[in-house]
Amino acid sequence: MSYLDCDLEELRQKIVSREVSAREIVARALDAAEKLNETLNAFLAIDRRGAEARAAELDQSLGKLPATGPLFGIPIAIKDNICVRGLQTSCGSRILGDYHPPYDATAIERLRAAGAVIIGKTNCDEFAMGSSNENSAYGPVRNPWDIERVPGGSSGGSAAAVAARIVPIALGSDTGGSVRQPAALCGIIGLKPTYGRISRYGLVAFGSSLDQIGIFGLRARDVAKVLSVIAGRDPHDATTADVAVPDYAAQLVPDAKGVRLGVPRALFGEGLDPEVRRAVEGAIEAYRDLGAEIVEVELPHAKYSIACYYIIATAEASSNLARYDGVRYGFRAEEADELIEMYRRTRDQGFGAEVKRRIMLGTFVLSSGYYEAYYRKAQQVRTLIREDFHRAFARCDAIITPTSPTPAFLLGEKTDDPLKMYLSDVYTCIVNLAGIPGISVPCGLSSSGLPIGMQLVSRHWDESTLLRLAHAYELAHPLTARPPVAANW
Amino acid sequence: MRNDWEAVIGLEVHAQLSTESKIFCGCSTRFGDEPNANTCPVCLGLPGALPVLNRRAVELAARAALALGLRINRRSIFARKNYFYPDLPKGYQISQYDQPFSEHGELEIMTAVRDAEGHAREWRPKKIRITRLHLEEDAGKNMHEGLPDTDRYSYVDLNRAGTPLIEIVTEPDFRSSWEAYDYVNHVRQTLRWIGASDADMEKGNLRCEANVSVRRKGEERFGTKVELKNLNSVRFMQRAIEYEIERQIGVLESGGSVVQETRLWDDRAGETRPMRSKEEAHDYRYFPEPDLPPLVVTDEFIARVRAEMPELPSARRQRFMDQYGLAFNDAAQLTTDRALADYFERAAQAANNARAAANWVRTELLRELEASKTEVESCPITPENLGALIRLIDQGRISGKQGKEVFAEMFATGKSAEEIVRQRGLEQVSDVAEIERLVEQAIAANPKQVEQYRAGKEGLLGFFVGQVMKASQGRANPKIVNELLRAKLNG
Repeated sequence: MSYLDCDLEELRQKIVSREVSAREIVARALDAAEKLNETLNAFLAIDRRGAEARAAELDQSLGKLPATGPLFGIPIAIKDNICVRGLQTSCGSRILGDYHPPYDATAIERLRAAGAVIIGKTNCDEFAMGSSNENSAYGPVRNPWDIERVPGGSSGGSAAAVAARIVPIALGSDTGGSVRQPAALCGIIGLKPTYGRISRYGLVAFGSSLDQIGIFGLRARDVAKVLSVIAGRDPHDATTADVAVPDYAAQLVPDAKGVRLGVPRALFGEGLDPEVRRAVEGAIEAYRDLGAEIVEVELPHAKYSIACYYIIATAEASSNLARYDGVRYGFRAEEADELIEMYRRTRDQGFGAEVKRRIMLGTFVLSSGYYEAYYRKAQQVRTLIREDFHRAFARCDAIITPTSPTPAFLLGEKTDDPLKMYLSDVYTCIVNLAGIPGISVPCGLSSSGLPIGMQLVSRHWDESTLLRLAHAYELAHPLTARPPVAANW
Repeated sequence: MRNDWEAVIGLEVHAQLSTESKIFCGCSTRFGDEPNANTCPVCLGLPGALPVLNRRAVELAARAALALGLRINRRSIFARKNYFYPDLPKGYQISQYDQPFSEHGELEIMTAVRDAEGHAREWRPKKIRITRLHLEEDAGKNMHEGLPDTDRYSYVDLNRAGTPLIEIVTEPDFRSSWEAYDYVNHVRQTLRWIGASDADMEKGNLRCEANVSVRRKGEERFGTKVELKNLNSVRFMQRAIEYEIERQIGVLESGGSVVQETRLWDDRAGETRPMRSKEEAHDYRYFPEPDLPPLVVTDEFIARVRAEMPELPSARRQRFMDQYGLAFNDAAQLTTDRALADYFERAAQAANNARAAANWVRTELLRELEASKTEVESCPITPENLGALIRLIDQGRISGKQGKEVFAEMFATGKSAEEIVRQRGLEQVSDVAEIERLVEQAIAANPKQVEQYRAGKEGLLGFFVGQVMKASQGRANPKIVNELLRAKLNG
């Protein structure tokens, strides 16, 4: 019996009732992180001292405080592009290096207030740009299911940390699939909530109109629990909405009765691995068995989503990354003796190839003379994509697709072909363009034993339906296999 | 300007809004604090920080837009203006671009032709079209002097970064440097008046740039324009435009052509100079700011701002002319500043004599304020006290000459006129019985002179007046003394 076989609420109960101390739980997570990091490279920073101190503080507070938080004593890992006071925030980039932010992201503040214990910062593609975690300046993360393969990206470290059972939950960020795709490749749940659901304050920006903090977990109930803690309006983020945040975990039911599940058949064609297709088709049948009504839907502009996404995301990134200029924080090239030279050298040495590629793309599409043809056009396409979903959701409550066209690919397999890499996001980036929530749920293993994920998406603010569908599926079809590289505490 | 040429000028004015805190964070906008004291993750541009719009800045911008005759857009969009500079911590400025806060303004200003000394001759109204007024944030300040190792390093002070600004852009409607001068003064006066901005060019919270071109009279097309910067006062701006007009005409008349460029005004040299080309030619790559939702204002909001708006200076100037019978120049002078106009009106009411109040305020009061570098708001003489002083004079209780002495003491001590007159025993004796007694004494004491006077030597009246005034220690009301003496001597 492992503590990670308990859901978060059960684990919290054990800690609160002093069956096991928070110190014990946190120490186990820290031990696992340190031990497995040699193999997985999932963490860029492990905060043993801070986490142990916090756990001890929580243990001591027991019985003194009238209430304990919903995540009391739960260890959690945080992607290294979310600001945690006292720890580094490198974004997987040399240009930030060991930059230590002087403030907590809003999501972090809320996690801390709920009693969660942050054990470390996880590796990721540089500035969250990538689908394989190979763009980290600090080396790639390995997939716990096969260490020759990528964990997906950009939140590969967080996905690997949960898949390897180092922590039960982790935060990532998702701009075009960076939570859902690694969740699929690592065989865990990954939720990207509605744009505006979780404050972005303290999440280092990549594509501001697309970025959203997401949650990794071993089960839907755990993700639901964390979402209730960190979601909701934040006065520091003007794009958060004042929409009520339900107790998602309390809403879960083990069936799909009355849910109309839309299937966009046109997206199940070219480029889709047959094993992935079979697994998702199987999941559709499983939902029918769980009481869902299956309907066909169309998303006619989906074929433009990759092009549209890579214009908008890079345009915003080119502006968001302008602040890394060597003037105020992070890395500065020393050998320059005038301003422009300092900028050039700092950014040349500080950024990796993929980040530079995207800054150049984004600068180009916003340039005078090209703006109309690229950025403006992409915005118009984005509107059409939103309308596609709006029409589809008149006929259904959720839409099912694969999360990624293939299971985890080999390290180095796509690094020479950025376009091929970009196509990994074909099912996910459209969801960010529409601003709607999406979740990846494990739906089987490939013949070579690699996890396969399905993606479910729903209307704005309707994370409840996604969590319910994920919950119902995992009860009926639990993924019992464990990755070969995993802790078992 | 040579007669067959015409200048075409457009202006961009930046004004800092008088908010307590910055436009996108809670940091103070205070001027003169330690470098980087008023900063936070947002205005430092730290990774992950996000802007949140200050509602007060929107209210003040709305006031400014309405006061300058613009239409407020119910929905406007913030945009990022991208460029690299060390004083710009995010690498972009949050501004507004193709959907600004307000547009389509038309403003009537008063403008005058000036003589060689810059004195206004005839004032006449002129309508200026204002293209737009939008909200944006200010940048910080680079420091190259007065700190260690400035031979090798520059420093950045971000206290000013994120200060709320409005940018006000006109159509090319000015035809002379003095029209531009009168416009900027009008804008400055209005912004101060409505409390939207301190609009103090010395502190840098009002800045302007001018676009200047020239063309032959009758020509429809515009000439090539030159952008003028470094205009650190309204007068500098006027001089720079004047210089630039003559320079461009000179270039064209000698067969050359004007280069489209940015030029900086050098006031010491009295000329404009081209800016290094490296410092211009930006492609700002504007795009909608994704961190801020569209700024939506309601009709109710606009109605409330309108209702809270004070009577504007031009309306008040006109009312002073109509209601108090003041001349244009006097009314204009009294409405340069809202506090001054308020002062005048309160004094006029207390005095029950607006013209006298206008004269006192325009001459004595402004002179004393100027000499002692005092603001009207902290003037030691309350308007009610000035009104009371005027009443004392009008009632003949003190003379006009005494009034000026009393005024000086009032300004120095803050005492009321009554108190000073009483303490110094200045009050004229206007009591007829009292004066009659003195007159009779004077007649009784000088029988010889009475005889001579009655014999026709009327010049002796002055002698008797002197005697009475002497006996009254100068306090007898001379008018009454005269009347009574005449009556007694002739009687």
